Amino acid sequence: MSPRRLLPIAALAIVAIGIASILWLRAPRLTSRATPRAAAAPSPTAPAPPGRKIKARLFYVADDGMRLTGVERDIAYGEGATEQAREIVAAQIAPVVEPLVSAVPAGTSVRAVFLTEGGEAYVDLSREVASAHPGGTLNELLTIYTIVNALTVNLPAVTSVQVLVDGKEVDTLAGHIDLRQPLAKNLSWVQ
Amino acid sequence: MNPRVISRSLTIATLAISVALATALSSQTPPSPSLTILSREGRRAIPIAMVGDQEFVALDDLTTLFQLTVREDTLGAVTVSYKGKTIVLTPDQALASVSGRLVSLPAPPSRSGRRWLVPSEFISRALAPIYDARLDLRKPSRLLVVGDVRVPRLSARYESVSPTAARLTIDASPRAVATVTQEADHLTVKFDADALDTASPLLAPQPAPSLVAGVRVVDATTLAVDLGPRFAGFRSTSSTVDTTQRLVLDVIGLVQTDASPAQPQPPTTTAQPAPPEIPPAFGQPASAIHTIAIDAGHGGDDEGVHSADGAKEKDLTLTVARRVRTIIEARLGLRVLLTRDDDRSVPIDERAAVANNNKADLLVSLHANGSMRPTTTGAAVFCAALDKDSAQTAAAGGAERLPTFGGGSRDIEMVPWDLAQTRHLAQSERFAELLQQQFHDRVPLASRPVDRAPLRVLESANMPAVLVELGYLTNAEQAKLLMSEAFQNAAAQSIFEAIVRFRDTLAPGQTQ
Repeated sequence: MSPRRLLPIAALAIVAIGIASILWLRAPRLTSRATPRAAAAPSPTAPAPPGRKIKARLFYVADDGMRLTGVERDIAYGEGATEQAREIVAAQIAPVVEPLVSAVPAGTSVRAVFLTEGGEAYVDLSREVASAHPGGTLNELLTIYTIVNALTVNLPAVTSVQVLVDGKEVDTLAGHIDLRQPLAKNLSWVQ
Repeated sequence: MNPRVISRSLTIATLAISVALATALSSQTPPSPSLTILSREGRRAIPIAMVGDQEFVALDDLTTLFQLTVREDTLGAVTVSYKGKTIVLTPDQALASVSGRLVSLPAPPSRSGRRWLVPSEFISRALAPIYDARLDLRKPSRLLVVGDVRVPRLSARYESVSPTAARLTIDASPRAVATVTQEADHLTVKFDADALDTASPLLAPQPAPSLVAGVRVVDATTLAVDLGPRFAGFRSTSSTVDTTQRLVLDVIGLVQTDASPAQPQPPTTTAQPAPPEIPPAFGQPASAIHTIAIDAGHGGDDEGVHSADGAKEKDLTLTVARRVRTIIEARLGLRVLLTRDDDRSVPIDERAAVANNNKADLLVSLHANGSMRPTTTGAAVFCAALDKDSAQTAAAGGAERLPTFGGGSRDIEMVPWDLAQTRHLAQSERFAELLQQQFHDRVPLASRPVDRAPLRVLESANMPAVLVELGYLTNAEQAKLLMSEAFQNAAAQSIFEAIVRFRDTLAPGQTQ
């Protein structure tokens, strides 16, 4: 085969390798899901580990129940964006005492958090987030946007969030909100 | 025959008739019947004399009313004149010569003392042909209409279509248009006429469970349709049949249920109200809405929100969905699809597919809300929220040329399933606003009564679509309200009226 004929094939091969690399980088949820992190997130009931802290805005159900309200809290510092994202989610879903009310069902734990270079975060929560969910469109909206806004507000690198349940994509948590795509920050549900 | 014999015979016959007539008249029991005469000058009545089963009127009364002259010749013949035209009556003969033309009468004229009596048909058969104005004798109702007075004759019939639906038909002949308004416990039917010709009673009183208790005359041009205690709503349609104007009142009633508000029974197939089998009325205007899909949220293992005392969202949504269907079918005659009609689980995509595959013109998904705060209250209407990229993708659309049966090809517009709602968002928001307006004063509203959310069931709907949260089952007080029959009827009625107003804003074919 002449070098002139080999040139297009080589070019195609380079392009194919490039595309495959991009796809691999932009779809970490597939690879990450196949190999979930062995390191579990800190227990939500455990006290924050001693050491460095950052300030983060977390979200809870407002007094009227119709929206979320933001509360500034000190949370554990995480090394790198992914680790920090997991710390934020863990702090967000941790049990709270009155007058705060969490929109995330009690017993929910964070299994893993993945970030993509495109700014998408995948938050894998335990099955309780769905099985213990009390239902209702508003409840579901507030549950989802608690997680979405906690990450998008505190981590500028995160532009959208998709909630996974028990390592899998789900249609909805309780029959209303479409969870098949990452959702962007939405502060209209915040006071 | 000898003239003296003839004269004696006539005298005897006349006497006999007079005696018979006097006997007949004396045997009548008060009140004596009368013939009502309606004209532009007003209403008058002249007495009717019964001879056997035949109704007579006095010729003198007619003379006064119609400016007639009466002359009796020596042979006993009676000549009635009006503006140079004559009617000749002969005693003992059931005939009259009207301007030289013989017409029959049901009985010969009779003398009562000094007065001549003629059968009431004399007016329509003998007098009407020579009189200047129209004379319309309505013998069954003992009414004589003079001139161009509009006096439609009314007849009514009542049919019970099902336990929750009935039809009252009122025919007006000659045609007279009627307007129907609802008062507290009756419908008022007012006719565009000068008077009404009604049988008495127009409609026999109906037994107690009936949706319509009866029909009565209120005044000269107005009827009242008395409603039974189960009345829930009505639809009126008008059509023309030959010379008759037909008013059809389709009445629907409440479904009787034993479920108490505190402990609602799970809906079953047998508890479902029978759908009214009322066909659409004639002359329905062309509509942009033909089919409506009602989605009763949740179902089966997916019970939705629970109230503290055990009421379930899935039961509430199914009950209200059935009520909405009943009202729409009965009053609009539209096709209504329920995504589920019993207590079963239905995947979300299947709900949208029911609406899409049946080319529904509107999808209303019914739900009850829940909040972590027990005081949160109020209904809300949601439209789909689609992100900008998805909306642009769907809006750009795309056509694909596909082969057709029998050869050739056709451009088929391709719409991504998950983005089908994109092109209908403006109309969905319009319907949501109408729904909010109809809920006002009937259904307590949330502080954000209309909103957007990425709702799965709406995104795939290829028609205007909204999700209605009827209220909060997590609020104990509102849960009791939600499970009450009064609230469910109010909510269903509001949804129905929003649909009517939405339909009125659309041109035919606009939703597809």
